Amino acid sequence: MPVQIALYCVAALLATSVLGVATSRTQAGTPLVYGICLAASAVALVSALAQLLAGGATDSTLVLPLGLPWLGSHFRIDALAAFFLVVVNLGGGAASLFALGYGRHETAPHRVLPFYPAFLAGMNLVVLADDAFTFLLCWEFMSLSSWALVMAHHRDPENRRAGYIYLLMASFGTLALVLAFGLLAGPDGGYGFAAIRASGHPATMIAALVLVLVLLGAGSKAGLVPLHVWLPLAHPAAPSHVSALMSGVMTKVAVYGFIRIIFDLLGEPSWWSSMVVLALAGITTVLGVLYALMQHDLKRLLAYHTVENIGIIFIGLGLALAFRTDGMEWAAALAFTAALFHVFNHSLFKSLLFFGAGAVLNSTGERDMERLGGLIHRMPLASFAFLVGCVAISALPPLNGFVSEWLTFQAILLSPELPQWGLKILIPVVGALLALSAALAGACFVKAFGVTFLGRPRSKHAEKALETDRFSLAAMFLLAALCLFAGILPGFVIDALAPVTQSLVDGHMPAQSTLSWLAIIPVSESRSSYDGMLVFVFITLSALLSVYAIHRLASHALRRAPAWDCGYPDPSPLTQYTASSFAQPIRRVFGAVVFRARERVEMPPPGDPSPAVLHVELRDPIWDLFYAPVAFAAGFAAERLNHLQFLTIRRYLMLVFVLLILLLLVAAIWL
Amino acid sequence: MALIRDFAVQCAQMLLVLALAPALTGLTRKIKARLLRRRGPPLFQPYRDLLRLLRKEAVLAENASWLFRVAPYLIVSATWVAAALIPTFATGLMFSWSADLIAIIALLASARFFLALAGMDVGTSFGGIGSSREVMIASLAEPAMIVIVFTLALIAGSTQLSTIAGFMGSPEVGLRVSLGLALIGMIIVALSENARIPVDNPATHLELTMVHEAMTLEYSGRHLALIELAAMLKLLLYVSLIVCVFVPLGQAPPEGSFAAYLAGALAYLVKLAVAGILLAVFETAIAKMRVFRVPQFLGAALMLGLLGMLLRFVSGGF
Amino acid sequence: MSGHLAFDLAHLLAGSLVLASFMLLYQDRLYALINVYAGHALVLTLSVAWQAYIQNAPHLYITAGLALGFKAIIIPVALRRIVQQLGIHREIETVVGIGLTMLAGMALVALSMVVMLRVTGAAAPIAREDLAFALAVVLLGLLTMVTRRNAVSQIIGFMSLENGLVLAATGAKGMPLVVEISVAFSILIAFIVIGIFLFRIRERFDTVDVGAMDQFRGERR
Repeated sequence: MPVQIALYCVAALLATSVLGVATSRTQAGTPLVYGICLAASAVALVSALAQLLAGGATDSTLVLPLGLPWLGSHFRIDALAAFFLVVVNLGGGAASLFALGYGRHETAPHRVLPFYPAFLAGMNLVVLADDAFTFLLCWEFMSLSSWALVMAHHRDPENRRAGYIYLLMASFGTLALVLAFGLLAGPDGGYGFAAIRASGHPATMIAALVLVLVLLGAGSKAGLVPLHVWLPLAHPAAPSHVSALMSGVMTKVAVYGFIRIIFDLLGEPSWWSSMVVLALAGITTVLGVLYALMQHDLKRLLAYHTVENIGIIFIGLGLALAFRTDGMEWAAALAFTAALFHVFNHSLFKSLLFFGAGAVLNSTGERDMERLGGLIHRMPLASFAFLVGCVAISALPPLNGFVSEWLTFQAILLSPELPQWGLKILIPVVGALLALSAALAGACFVKAFGVTFLGRPRSKHAEKALETDRFSLAAMFLLAALCLFAGILPGFVIDALAPVTQSLVDGHMPAQSTLSWLAIIPVSESRSSYDGMLVFVFITLSALLSVYAIHRLASHALRRAPAWDCGYPDPSPLTQYTASSFAQPIRRVFGAVVFRARERVEMPPPGDPSPAVLHVELRDPIWDLFYAPVAFAAGFAAERLNHLQFLTIRRYLMLVFVLLILLLLVAAIWL
Repeated sequence: MALIRDFAVQCAQMLLVLALAPALTGLTRKIKARLLRRRGPPLFQPYRDLLRLLRKEAVLAENASWLFRVAPYLIVSATWVAAALIPTFATGLMFSWSADLIAIIALLASARFFLALAGMDVGTSFGGIGSSREVMIASLAEPAMIVIVFTLALIAGSTQLSTIAGFMGSPEVGLRVSLGLALIGMIIVALSENARIPVDNPATHLELTMVHEAMTLEYSGRHLALIELAAMLKLLLYVSLIVCVFVPLGQAPPEGSFAAYLAGALAYLVKLAVAGILLAVFETAIAKMRVFRVPQFLGAALMLGLLGMLLRFVSGGF
Repeated sequence: MSGHLAFDLAHLLAGSLVLASFMLLYQDRLYALINVYAGHALVLTLSVAWQAYIQNAPHLYITAGLALGFKAIIIPVALRRIVQQLGIHREIETVVGIGLTMLAGMALVALSMVVMLRVTGAAAPIAREDLAFALAVVLLGLLTMVTRRNAVSQIIGFMSLENGLVLAATGAKGMPLVVEISVAFSILIAFIVIGIFLFRIRERFDTVDVGAMDQFRGERR
């Protein structure tokens, strides 16, 4: 039954996409399309949530006679799919609600409205798919519809370049996944997931190859370093609600693909597969946040930060893999729960932050932080919601980001019991990298919020900003409230995740909602526990107590005066700290090594009134190490092969003749 | 009845840390002055300073936002909650299990987050300097602290402070290498987080040398009183933490008698006094480092913590 | 309990020697480096003395005395005089930043842990872990030599490497006194020879920066 409901919602979304083509140029098109998307997402969300909370005991499947004739299309909702459907539809619903307000300012609605419902439908279908063909088809559909959305504002050459690179990486990823499924199904196996599960464990070599291919395919879509390069180009180029969906939801669909193949279909992976995942994830985490710190475009900063959070999710997944192969199911359940909790949390606060960036873009027309500032006075409600998002993403208690980080740390503390030497050396390093990225994320969001919303306005646009509309604010506050809920009542989320971990790692965390005072205890009380509700209550109580004490004991006098200026009043808001100046200490400490950051000041000679110019030069190490050589090699090979176009007739005949002889030789030797 | 008694003891701890924080700062200042052959301010001068600030008019910059006014309260409450969760005279208090060491560090991180935002709020260069340097120091001090917490948790088998204190007090703990590394690392982090020499000078107001003072430059009156109180609470927190983990003598066990609590409180006072004197001597004996030597200093703490953690992973004997 | 204490204290002293090697990597001024080296030798003395106590090997007391006399007192004083007389630039130039050097040091410690603990599976635990620390000190001494441009700091790296060897030998309960004395004397001779060379190099080239000396070699690669 739940499968049918989900498929009806998908059909509604596809129909809305067609409707979008028809009505996009009319006035009523935007509210109509986004309204129907909101309704469809809400229905799918409720249905998936009901199935998840019911324990996921019954999987519902459906086979439709579409697609390949001997295969059909299989659709199935089990506990894992139910959880990811919740994530996808929550994000989709919030984005549709936001777009009801934001979409009114869209300059090219005919390029956005038809593809947006298709994108939502594609993401839902990937999670629902139960055989390889449907999975790949819907994966490509999702990629193409999001590509169309990235190219919505195609007149900007930056966006065109972003779309080109995105298309390249998406095709590469799908190719890797096609090969992976081919290896899993085997020479005469079936492509249905049930058939793949039933076919038993593949050989070690095949399993290793499948892991590498899935890391390339799903990892590139999720944003693992070094395959992340498309993400900071494509996510900012799309309209803001689509950016929120791409960062907050589509990357999670990629994580779903990884979990489905590696944890479910592959059977028992070998222990070193967790080492590969952990090493990649650790590097991803730190590099992502360092990149984010160097940015001054608000949306690009958020996109790079997504890379960091994907790293955190994959650290949890890698730990779960390591524990599972060593038979420590309860520890694997903890690590897996931490990863899935972070999936949920990240979709919430990253969407919230992108909505905030979209609100700022709408009000001021600027994405560059160096031209914003002082928006807390002009857009008080939007800035409050953005602040909640910043606090949540910096993993500060009592909000939800802290809970998933805490659970990941607890999983790391369980890992000395793993016997393998490689893991014993790797996991402390990964733990230190995770701690480093958490601190740097806090720095990044102090910069993002401080430069954009605080201080004085740095341009005319920022001075004249207006508050955003009610729908956008409603979407942002809804997500902020969910962040707080997940932070102070984490036990409920953990219990909702129990059926998912049970089905995939054969273990689940002990029941949390029944514990006294709503605490969460991952292993045992003497070992560690955390009570989000109590911490929240304590902070509130002590804040109220201090307010009361100040009210009784202190003077109430208040006076406004100009800011302290050491006797040299500075009229220009340009003298305040910019994003680049804020990041300068961190750029000097970390950037010199990682990005070969160089700063150069062009100072005019004395008497010359022209301004001094500061140049900051950063080199992207991944681009220099991986992509530039590949691009160069591709160009070089193409250059060489171009000669084949200009041969004489005799040479062409020679070519055909040589190949024929080779083919006959091969046939002679092999047969 | 037992519930009310436990609740009373927990409240007593919360009030004790609040009451003792200015005294620790006062003691440190007095000893530093004496070592420099000055008479120094009286021991209880910080209390008088706070009262004086409370009675003054608060002056706000013209473009200060609501965040600027709310931040001192948030900072004080987060720091106070964190400080109240560290066992001082007794372990195993009523709410001590609600937040472990990692949560305590994260609470301090939220206090610092809001302080850095408050520094950026008015839009002057001073605030920007303070906030950007503070987040640079924090970006290395916080991971160092978390890795040190990991090392301690791997030795004691728990991140819960009461359990760690109990383990450290028991005869099972030996003279471990990783404990020594954790101690040195924690002292380095404590010096950085509390803006002490050699990392930052708590008594300066020159913009080239200040970090914490730069962020709070625009605050005055009752807001400044709250922020100063938060800084004193933070110093008390770190001293209590080091003392609770590495010198857990005299702490009353959970459900102890009144006499045990009293003895624990006395022992705590003695430990605080000794720590304050040692801090003052250390600060007088050493010079402040230049700002970009601080990341190397904290990087060394991170390496020590990582080394301790690695040693614990590799073998239980370390 | 006393066996446990012996174990722990030996570990603590060996770990302190690794810590002192890290501090050698951290210094960026020449006099501070010489002082830390004196501390390094002092920790070695304590470690060897403790080993002498728990192994009941009186000849190790002599080794400890030699370490204290030569390495903690005489050699640092001599180095300080050399630095003064040569007027060597008193800051140490490193090849890569201190942060990267410390990271490399961490990786070397991890490597020596892994190698030693896997290879010596059958030996007594106290000896294994001491050997792991000793190998770490040796590797860190080599790292110090490799990442410094100044010849005096390279000498100190070399001496700290030798300290690591002494730690290994005493921990493994094997080094007879004769070998120890001959090793110590050969180190002393090497030190004197290097000192003489330093004076001659300074006379000819006016610097002891090894990077500058590369330029005088003539052939270019």
